Amino acid sequence: MATVTNDRPAVLPTGPKTQGGAAPALAKQKTKRRASDWVLLVVAILIGVAIAIPFYLILVNSFKSPADYASGGPLQWPAALNFDGIVNFWNRVSFPQKLWNSFFISGLVAIFAVVISVLNAYAIGIGRVRGRTWIVVLFLLANVLPQEALLYPLYNMFKQVGLYDNVWSVIIIFTVIQSAFGTYLLSSVYGTFPREILEAAALDGASRWQILWRVIVPISRPTLAVIVIFFFIWTWNEFLIPLTFLVSNANQTVPVAIAVLQGDRLMDVTTTSASALLGLIPTLVFFLIFQRTLTRGITAGAVK
Amino acid sequence: MATLTPDAPGTARTSGARKAPRTPRAREESLLPNSGAGRGGFWLYLIPGFVLLTVIVIIPLVWNVYLSFTSYRGIKPPKFIGLDNWIQLMGDTKFWTSFGNSIAMIIAMVIVPTLLGLVLAAMLFDLVGKKFGGRVASFLRATYYLPQILPVAIAAIVIGWILRPDNGALNQVLGAIGLGGLEHNWLGSPDTALLCIMFVMVWVQLGYPVVIFMAALQRVDPELYEAAELDGANWFQRFRSITVTIIRPEIFVVTLTSTIAALKVFGPIYTLTRGGPGTSTIVPSYYSYSEFFQTQQVGYGATIATALTIVTIVVAIFFIKAQNRAERAESGR
Repeated sequence: MATVTNDRPAVLPTGPKTQGGAAPALAKQKTKRRASDWVLLVVAILIGVAIAIPFYLILVNSFKSPADYASGGPLQWPAALNFDGIVNFWNRVSFPQKLWNSFFISGLVAIFAVVISVLNAYAIGIGRVRGRTWIVVLFLLANVLPQEALLYPLYNMFKQVGLYDNVWSVIIIFTVIQSAFGTYLLSSVYGTFPREILEAAALDGASRWQILWRVIVPISRPTLAVIVIFFFIWTWNEFLIPLTFLVSNANQTVPVAIAVLQGDRLMDVTTTSASALLGLIPTLVFFLIFQRTLTRGITAGAVK
Repeated sequence: MATLTPDAPGTARTSGARKAPRTPRAREESLLPNSGAGRGGFWLYLIPGFVLLTVIVIIPLVWNVYLSFTSYRGIKPPKFIGLDNWIQLMGDTKFWTSFGNSIAMIIAMVIVPTLLGLVLAAMLFDLVGKKFGGRVASFLRATYYLPQILPVAIAAIVIGWILRPDNGALNQVLGAIGLGGLEHNWLGSPDTALLCIMFVMVWVQLGYPVVIFMAALQRVDPELYEAAELDGANWFQRFRSITVTIIRPEIFVVTLTSTIAALKVFGPIYTLTRGGPGTSTIVPSYYSYSEFFQTQQVGYGATIATALTIVTIVVAIFFIKAQNRAERAESGR
């Protein structure tokens, strides 16, 4: 949720529902296109082009030499493919190390946070513990809070326990923040869990612990997969807390490592472009990979 | 809680539970009838989550509120000074500037994208989807959404690169087409820096409402449109009285989540302007960050952060109340 935090606002909304809906209506009207329809289509395309232009500029200029950029201008296709900017920046920030840090942090957060969310949601959605409304509000609040309101005390605490400038500080913090949202979401999903399945499992003599891990988790796996992916991407995109807690170069994440080098004197125009390119490639790749999983996950939604 | 249920952005709508009428008795019962030692046993499952929440969120939050009543420079223990920070805050023009800039962020991240998103979603769904095929509409939707997938700090770097002062793409293009007089230090001048940041945020944010609204439009019954069309309603009338009414829950979700996000903007300010030139692009989160770690006025930074928290919570409550009222009005009809 909007941490769009920088947040959270918005990761991958529901892709699948929009897929086929227009299809039935389309057959009968498709032929009747008026001139005004074409005008509006062109407007829609122009807006798309305007949104895509920055990506195009970053892409072509990352493969130019500074001289090529100066002579040909930013819009030209590169005169000759030049990898200097990319290679310079890649070495300068030890990019593979930053990628690994981001993967390690985001991956562990996604797994830990989903486990905590499942445990909380089991008690709230299925166990219906007393006061659950307020418990959910409390978790939701944790997600809505500006992170600045926790920043300095957390900074002090992690310094005292020796985890400052250690990826585990960030992993622990985001496990809590992400699971707060996961708890909110999963509690309402589990609240509608088919009672018959639970009763059947209980009649077979399964304990609560077994019912959770052998019945509920496997059945809700598509939903959990979607949540894991959200958590992973949200954590990958986080900025303020990794910036504050991971001060030494070797611990930084991709967005932090790239952001702190902006404005550096050694960054010429094409190297800076290359830095933006390296920053956006991983998330583009996730988007392409995960779009399908998310679609499958939501449509399969066995729980619902 | 029921009222909060529709606020699940980005996932399958989970509001089914809300609609299913349940007797109060059934609501109180666990879904799992017999096993274990009654309902009390479920509390055990909350323990790990609660311990973590307490340590990472609740204690720091309370501590931060306490720090707002102290003078604390990060080394010697905090000294209690009562309301001094808060009094200083009320008279601090930099603080008020930062909140004024938050309003600029709300314009750029909530008002413009939501209005534009409504029109674009309706256009893609109604017109492009129906007359030119769903694939064209899906492709355009994906294009609009592209900036949303970037870490917002990286999105800022992308646009910041285009706006570089000496040899940035925008200035180069202006020079090349004979408009060299318009070349400008876009992010370095007080008159344009905030506008540039707003531009970044519109670019980032636009895809979010488009995608959510297009998903919501699936719910609109095409027959309603046909009936309205027969009654002589023009496109705008149909848009206003049918589309906007039916997808109102999504409009609430989008405005609520985006407003909260707008209040918290930090990454783009840090990467592009650090609040400058002067205080022209300062926002509360960056102001508190710089008080914490640059000027080491931790007590005062905590005061700014606490004020921001209060505003965020008030905004969230206001939205949820408004949504409840709208829902009640709806069902009362």
